[in-house]
Amino acid sequence: MISTDTDILRAAEEWSRSGRQVAVATVVETWGSAPRPVGSHLVIDADGNFVGSVSGGCVEGAVVTEAADVIADGKARMLEFGVADETAWKVGLSCGGRIKVYVEKVS
Amino acid sequence: MDLSVLATLNAEREARRATVLVTDIAAGTQRLVKQQDITADPLSELLEKQLRMGKSGMVEAAGQAWFLTVQAPHPRVVVTGAVHISQAMAPMAKTLDLDLVIIDPRTAFATPERFPEVTLLPEWPEEVIPRIGLDGYTAFVALTHDPKIDDPGLDAALRSNCFYIGALGSRKTHAKRVERLTAAGFDEEAIARIHAPIGLDIGAVSPAEIALSILAEIVNTLRGPRRKPA
Repeated sequence: MISTDTDILRAAEEWSRSGRQVAVATVVETWGSAPRPVGSHLVIDADGNFVGSVSGGCVEGAVVTEAADVIADGKARMLEFGVADETAWKVGLSCGGRIKVYVEKVS
Repeated sequence: MDLSVLATLNAEREARRATVLVTDIAAGTQRLVKQQDITADPLSELLEKQLRMGKSGMVEAAGQAWFLTVQAPHPRVVVTGAVHISQAMAPMAKTLDLDLVIIDPRTAFATPERFPEVTLLPEWPEEVIPRIGLDGYTAFVALTHDPKIDDPGLDAALRSNCFYIGALGSRKTHAKRVERLTAAGFDEEAIARIHAPIGLDIGAVSPAEIALSILAEIVNTLRGPRRKPA
């Protein structure tokens, strides 16, 4: 079945312990028909490998890109995606939902 | 996120203990609150509320915004009886993302062929339950009709804080069960925790329908009804 949040956070710990640079993205707020509930995680490494999901595929690409910056400078970021935002439309959250994603580095 | 925080969070989850990760969004600082430390936390009321709902979310307190990552243990259904109803229950529980554990010492019933992809324990409940433990995120269901198997399970469940306890059987069967449990020292209030007749009253007839009514009652107990009566 689909990976659970347990597996995802365990992956974050394992990746980090094996020396990989890791960021954790968490859905912190949703409005409208957001596809993944608040608390969903996406775990990303410096090479852009990832497990989990924050939107069911719509904005993962953008989150992975931002995660590279978070890993580089260690500063947590709040990302917002929604139909009002042209970029968000481009990255595909066209279902009418809006989500806020918090991305932080594991250190 | 500190690696040590992440490690503790994973370890607590594996041990089936709840945690809440409190993140100060503006400052980027975090603290992990274990279940037993919640009452002493300055945000205890908010933490308890989120944990009760089993939901992560943004909260505000004292003009500050916090994100609470709630890690509640995965809900689990422990069943005595590798019977027809539990066979029907297996694929349904999987779809509902409920972990299913089936206990039955009768090895003719408890076979992997009859129960693929299920945690199957062909042992006596009084031996196996102390090992797996029953907690507040566990539902216990007795399905064998055999007091030798069901009663030790019910005994353990009534001594635990299982969120749901159900036992299959007619009113007559249950009346006899109540007599035995009373003789074993359980009072009326304790015995009233047992859902019997088991399951939501949907007029279930077939094993699959009974499995559905039991799982529906478990979900109902876990989540609680949300709709207000009209």
